[in-house]
Amino acid sequence: MTGLNPEKQPLLALVNRETPLDPAGYDKKGGWRGLRRALGMSPAEIITEVTDSKLRGRGGAGFSTGMKWSFVPKESSKDRLKYIVANGDEMEPGTFKDRILVEGNPLQLIEGMIISAYAIQARHGIIFLRGEYHLGLERLQQAVIQAREAGFLGENILGSGFDFDLHVHPSAGRYICGEETALITALEGRRANPRAKPPFPQIGGLWGAPTVVNNIETFSNIPHILANGTEWYLGLSACVDGGTKLYGVSGRAKRPGVFELPLGTSLGVILNECAGGMQDGYKLRAFLPGGASTAFLGAEHADIIMDYPTPEKAGSRLGTGLAILLDDKTSPIG
Amino acid sequence: MIRNLEHFFAQESCGWCTPCRDGLPWVERLLIAIEEGRGTPEDIERLHDAARLIGPMGRTFCAHAPGAIAPLASGLKMFAEDFQRLVSKPTPGTAESGAAGRRLRRYGPMAKIVIDGREVEARTDVNLLQACLEAGKDLPYFCWHPELGSVGACRQCAVKQYANADDTRGRIVMACMTPVTEGAIFSVDDPEAKEFRGEVVEWLMTNHPHDCPVCEEGGECHLQDMTVMTGHRERRYRFDKRTHNNQELGPFVKHEMNRCISCYRCVRFYRDYAGGEDLGVFASHNNVYFGRHESGTLESPFSGNLIEVCPTGVFTDKPFSKMYSRKWDMRGAPSVCSNCATGCNTIINERAGKVRRTLNRYNDEVNRYFLCDRGRFGHGWVNAPTRLRSAGYVINGDMTPVPAQAALDHFGKIANAGKLVGIGSPRASLESNYALRKLVGEENFSTGMAEPQHSLVKLAVSLMSTSAARIATMQEMETSDGALILGEDVAATSPRMSLALRQIKRTAFNKAADQARVPHWMDASVRTLGQDTVSPLFLVSPTVTDLDGFAQDPIRTMPEDAARLGFAIAHRIDDSAPDVAGLTESEAASASRIADALLAAEKPLLVSGLQYASAALLQATANIASALAAKGKAPLLSFVLPEANSMGLALMGGLSLDEIASRAAGSTLIVLENDLSRRLDKAAFDTVTGGAANLVVLDHSVTPTAIRSQITFPSAAYSETDGTLVSAEGRAQRFFQVVYPDAPLQAGWRWIADLAQAAGFDHVKPWSKLDDLIAEIAATLPVFARIPEAAPSSDYTLEGIPLRSQTHRVSGRTAIRANISVRDIPPPASPDTPLHSTMEGSYGTDMPGTLVPFYQVPGWNSEQSLNRFQQEIGGKMRGGDCGVRLVEGIANAAGSYAMDVPSAFAPRAGQFMLLPEARVFGTDEMSMMSQPIADRAAPAVVRVGGAVAKGAQVRLSLNGELCTVDAVSDPSLPEGVATCPPHMVSRSWSTPGWVSLEITAPAERIGTESAV
Ligand SMILES: Cc1cc2nc3c(=O)[nH]c(=O)nc-3n(C[C@H](O)[C@H](O)[C@H](O)COP(=O)(O)O)c2cc1C
Repeated sequence: MTGLNPEKQPLLALVNRETPLDPAGYDKKGGWRGLRRALGMSPAEIITEVTDSKLRGRGGAGFSTGMKWSFVPKESSKDRLKYIVANGDEMEPGTFKDRILVEGNPLQLIEGMIISAYAIQARHGIIFLRGEYHLGLERLQQAVIQAREAGFLGENILGSGFDFDLHVHPSAGRYICGEETALITALEGRRANPRAKPPFPQIGGLWGAPTVVNNIETFSNIPHILANGTEWYLGLSACVDGGTKLYGVSGRAKRPGVFELPLGTSLGVILNECAGGMQDGYKLRAFLPGGASTAFLGAEHADIIMDYPTPEKAGSRLGTGLAILLDDKTSPIG
Repeated sequence: MIRNLEHFFAQESCGWCTPCRDGLPWVERLLIAIEEGRGTPEDIERLHDAARLIGPMGRTFCAHAPGAIAPLASGLKMFAEDFQRLVSKPTPGTAESGAAGRRLRRYGPMAKIVIDGREVEARTDVNLLQACLEAGKDLPYFCWHPELGSVGACRQCAVKQYANADDTRGRIVMACMTPVTEGAIFSVDDPEAKEFRGEVVEWLMTNHPHDCPVCEEGGECHLQDMTVMTGHRERRYRFDKRTHNNQELGPFVKHEMNRCISCYRCVRFYRDYAGGEDLGVFASHNNVYFGRHESGTLESPFSGNLIEVCPTGVFTDKPFSKMYSRKWDMRGAPSVCSNCATGCNTIINERAGKVRRTLNRYNDEVNRYFLCDRGRFGHGWVNAPTRLRSAGYVINGDMTPVPAQAALDHFGKIANAGKLVGIGSPRASLESNYALRKLVGEENFSTGMAEPQHSLVKLAVSLMSTSAARIATMQEMETSDGALILGEDVAATSPRMSLALRQIKRTAFNKAADQARVPHWMDASVRTLGQDTVSPLFLVSPTVTDLDGFAQDPIRTMPEDAARLGFAIAHRIDDSAPDVAGLTESEAASASRIADALLAAEKPLLVSGLQYASAALLQATANIASALAAKGKAPLLSFVLPEANSMGLALMGGLSLDEIASRAAGSTLIVLENDLSRRLDKAAFDTVTGGAANLVVLDHSVTPTAIRSQITFPSAAYSETDGTLVSAEGRAQRFFQVVYPDAPLQAGWRWIADLAQAAGFDHVKPWSKLDDLIAEIAATLPVFARIPEAAPSSDYTLEGIPLRSQTHRVSGRTAIRANISVRDIPPPASPDTPLHSTMEGSYGTDMPGTLVPFYQVPGWNSEQSLNRFQQEIGGKMRGGDCGVRLVEGIANAAGSYAMDVPSAFAPRAGQFMLLPEARVFGTDEMSMMSQPIADRAAPAVVRVGGAVAKGAQVRLSLNGELCTVDAVSDPSLPEGVATCPPHMVSRSWSTPGWVSLEITAPAERIGTESAV
């Protein structure tokens, strides 16, 4: 992903799927800045800043991340056991963005999780990763070890007095593990069935302790917010919500893939400018805007703004932001 | 796309709450039905209901269902027209394009036709009935059969055909007689066509006895299925039914003519397809009668297929009848026939610990739709009193049962006396043979075959694997256009293969049909047009064979001369092959004629075998193959081998029985599932069995060898365990357990592991399941590297669930033994098979062909439901095919030629050359322990060339035994030649040789005893 502008495409700028950066290299390229700043702030200040940056969950539901964190009881991590969990299940057909983040720059996720843990005062973090992501697992595990050796994980992180450590958990399979309460149940070693709410995970999650579950892409945004501030972050976007978004398409496009663009980019730009348009001889008939669990939109919406509210108004959802295309030659039914 | 997504969501439901757990699979199945053309407008309504009822937040426990329903609900709206088109009812002539076809891999030319307003892709080389069935339509039929083609007799498959898009009236045509042409427009659901079909079935049923509750076809009857499908429910015919007398047709087939609906399938199979002559159609009008001219045993060795070919209960399975059970109350398992080396695929049915019957299991490349009678009725030995059901010691010539542990302990004590020597068996599984070989070591292991068979099988396998020819499947044989059978009575040594070879003549008719522009499936027309066609099959054999009528003037000559002819043919094709000196004029002419025909053929086929124990015959055949290859042809080659696993043992390797004999002296000798008395003459048998310090026998039946042993262990038969056999074609195939015996029977390899444990040999560790052993064989012996692919492993699941082996209608297992106890007992299980022993588990048309335990789909309860399991009718199974080829010829192999041309046969004064007379019934070991086969086997006779008085007998010495047998004169044999069925007169004799025959006239017979 070289050649990307860190100012415009912060999430992918440091992604290197051949050899991801180690902690020192990451440092050199501007990594850890967000963490260093955050550890000097109070947890409440961080939550406010994240709320103000209008980061919405990238896992599909689009809930405000800062607001989600604010529901967590405020005791310090020394006084109360709390967990922070990254949801990397990514089994939604047509969705393949988190994979790129963990394979290409696992430290960005780790940094985001440390900041978030500090913000909600969690001592333990778990990355729940899709079982088939063998390379991602290897990279993450290695990154966790490196980060620990470099003093970013473990006790008294960077001399702040804050203790936090991370564990990577490969999923045993099943799509439902991506649903946050089923994910928690699975982590507990039980059948991955969803749980009743209340209690919401922020109050009673993993082993009954307050738990925040966020998507991997969500966490990967956090370091940049903390490093560059709310204004900058809001400026990345092309709509009222903040930041960039990993968009993508699959199906009969010329160059299916993942692209980082301002949140609120239109599908027309994603498909025609980034993915090269439809393959020759195929026309777009309809599409699922954000993964298999979003409703079809017809070709008349081919230029739809891919922010949170617009697809919803059209009868669908932004979902994961990775569209599945249906062309005019494939049976919509079969 | 929607089906694809809903499949994902249905599979991924966590199973907690109902709407998504049970609603989504229903949604998926509706989508499949609609996509495959079996959907209705009501199905679309059901989908709308599902979307409405499952989708909204809160209906389900979590957000999985709303997500799952999103593409469906939106798709139903957005693609409403596509849905409508797929389920649309006949609006004649209004073809609409873009509809999805059935998910089939298509081969060959296709056309777009319209069936009930839906455009489907159909093959142009089939008839419309086939096209409809392949498009997922339920269209009833009787006289058409996938392998027998169409004759248009029953008129049941009537449909409406429209001339063009503007034609609104159309006309009724018979689908089975209508070709598929581009743009043709049909309706199956047209009311007039429907009414006509309803009437046809009502007519067919006027004389049917409606005796389903007592009929053995009931529950798996094509007539029942088709009647229900047609919708005929009420009987309006108020008059008397005609009745018929039934015939006694021998030990295999029962006859109940009153059930007949006159579809003519039986005679078409029996006469036209299989070449039988003693079953015909008699009388006329609604009194037509299908039977023999008088009661008597059906002569064709394929008579059992009538049971499956007949759409109702006219011909039923007689041995099965004696232990009858409904289809739904039996367990089924896929199996492989072990009664010869051909490797036909079967289904065996079990109930209450007994094998009830054997059915055909479709394998498109092997036996396809038919079996021979030895295969179908030869299983009875597994239930026979001759079975060993416990470990035993032989005391005073009697088998005395002992607990297995005691016998094992005893073995542990004697095992170290002398070295261990093992004799394997070509009738035992690869796995058991391998285990024995491992236990005793390669240098102390025998293949269990005696000379000359041992060397000949090895030679055949090496010729096949170094030849430039392809090893022929039976399917390929059927379509050869120039074939030579050299010195083998295939009709007797591989009956099913001979049935394939019989089709060569029919295939030749197709040329005449092509000229007359008649499609190949118009069977009666093709046979009419082809009448004058000369068969491209050449047959060279010392004796008359059942294939003679299918060949171009069969050549009758002694094995040596047959081999010489073969060498001469090879030389005439490629003159670098050795020539034969001293041919007679007629031999030279035959050689040229056959050479020319083979060279002119597109698919030349060469067949020979081991019947006459002649290496020269095999080499001559291989020479012809090499010669054809040298001329740029792609010949097909096949050698008939003697036993179910002869090929496997030859590939595994080992010493011959003759070589092992000296090693066995003073040893602890373990004999695996092998009766040495059939292979060694009496003296050698006594030396081997008596010379061993200890003789341990593992077998499933009591044999003369077992009676000589100190310890016997009872092996599980092929129906009681799982294992792999390699057929003569080099195809490794797996058979699966169907009986869970209550006796302590286990697979040979498990006993061998137990023996090793008992003796403390730690080079053989017990295998916990068959798959482990198979993996070890594959890793140890490179020739077997691919055997794991022969069938899925025991952890195979379909949609995540292991397979079941009973139908869902099975009478409850607690109910069925409620007279004993109402408590459920845990069903039996085995770590070796992927089939669950009960009705619990998954089943479907996409299951692998190797694992089909029975054929059934909704609405189709008979074996005719096979249609739904095939990608296209008569083609591959949807779930993949059966077995894996271990031996292939080498394309472009440098043709090397065998140079040893034998000298011509020369009679000897005062002596007879005695040739083995192969028989379908009588000469095979295990099938003769089945009562129906024993009943069917004719008594042994010696056929003598030259005059013999009626009622005479011969006295002769065979392998050192003095035998007396009835003699008959056989004018087709030359003077000085006689034949004798192997193993039937002398137990061990099977190889040609010179004998002195003492012929006693009937007058001198008085008071002498028959040895038979
Ligand atoms: C069936 C189902 C599957 C889900 N799969 C995922 C997933 O793979 N990854 C993910 O981040 N969120 C997934 N979610 C959403 C999570 O429940 C949760 O909303 C999300 O992880 C919260 O993170 P966010 O606020 O950062 O988006 C899934 C939800 C449902 C109902």
